[in-house]
Amino acid sequence: MKNWLFCILLFSWPAFATVEYRDFKQPEQEQAYQTLISELRCLVCQNQTIADSNADLAKDLRRQVYEMLQKGQSKQQIVDFMTQRYGDFVLYKPAFNLKTGLLWLGPALFLLIGLITVIIVVRRIKTAKHPALSKAQQTRLNAILEKGNED
Amino acid sequence: MLKYLLPLLLFIVLAIFLAVGLRLNPKDIPSPLIDKPAPAFALPILASPEKTLKQSDLQGKVWLLNVWASWCISCREEHPLLLQLAKQNLVMLVGLNYKDEAQAANLWLQKLGNPYNVSIMDSDGRTGIDYGVYGVPETFVIDKRGVIRYKHTGPVVPGDLERIFLPLIQQLQAEAA
Repeated sequence: MKNWLFCILLFSWPAFATVEYRDFKQPEQEQAYQTLISELRCLVCQNQTIADSNADLAKDLRRQVYEMLQKGQSKQQIVDFMTQRYGDFVLYKPAFNLKTGLLWLGPALFLLIGLITVIIVVRRIKTAKHPALSKAQQTRLNAILEKGNED
Repeated sequence: MLKYLLPLLLFIVLAIFLAVGLRLNPKDIPSPLIDKPAPAFALPILASPEKTLKQSDLQGKVWLLNVWASWCISCREEHPLLLQLAKQNLVMLVGLNYKDEAQAANLWLQKLGNPYNVSIMDSDGRTGIDYGVYGVPETFVIDKRGVIRYKHTGPVVPGDLERIFLPLIQQLQAEAA
């Protein structure tokens, strides 16, 4: 039993920090670095950012971001550099344009469709509960109300 | 009637979208480099590292840039097809040896055959980044003016040569420089 537990322990990796140590002169640069690497997608393991991923390409892209920041390039310049090579797909926060419009507006659009459906359904239920009286029914009702009771 | 038809229609539309979505290859990301000039490089040649090959040396030729590495399993898969293409001598085949060691790369070519007119070494993967490489092997087709006309991600599989590469190469060879 003990041996078994030991074997299992061998396979339980500790959560290694994948991001290597980087030296920054200004805290703003470090801030920009952290933001950028958590907003750029690793294209090998597509559901991870390059900050999360241990893939070789993610390491290279982190190095690229670091070097460009060291050269004093702006966040926008680095984002442009990446999209020129890898397309909008590299961005976890894609820019709003014609191609990505549906992606950004889709949720709002579906919410709107849902709201309209709810309103229509609720209105229908209301009218079903309190159906409007026909003309004959209305005059009869008025007559009853006037007389106090129906004969 | 509409009450029953509408949900059915909605279901069919949704099913079609999902069916198409399931068939798409998530690894196939459209490259923004298509119809753009091939990024410049100047890299040492694998066979004789003291010499370099520049992207501009290839101006005026139709050439294929095949990204490969000795550690790349799917590169073995497409290798026989590259050898077959090289035999036809229709196009210049340039190998970009991506993040590899020269010794391992040379051994690989010795063992499996060398389809490349020339291979260049991108040891730290910087040229790879310039070409938007994310999954080795990748193959670019570049025309006489140095413009990338096609990118193939993943291994070239049987049928791809006849279906995609050969017609495109023929077309590009016919274009004026």
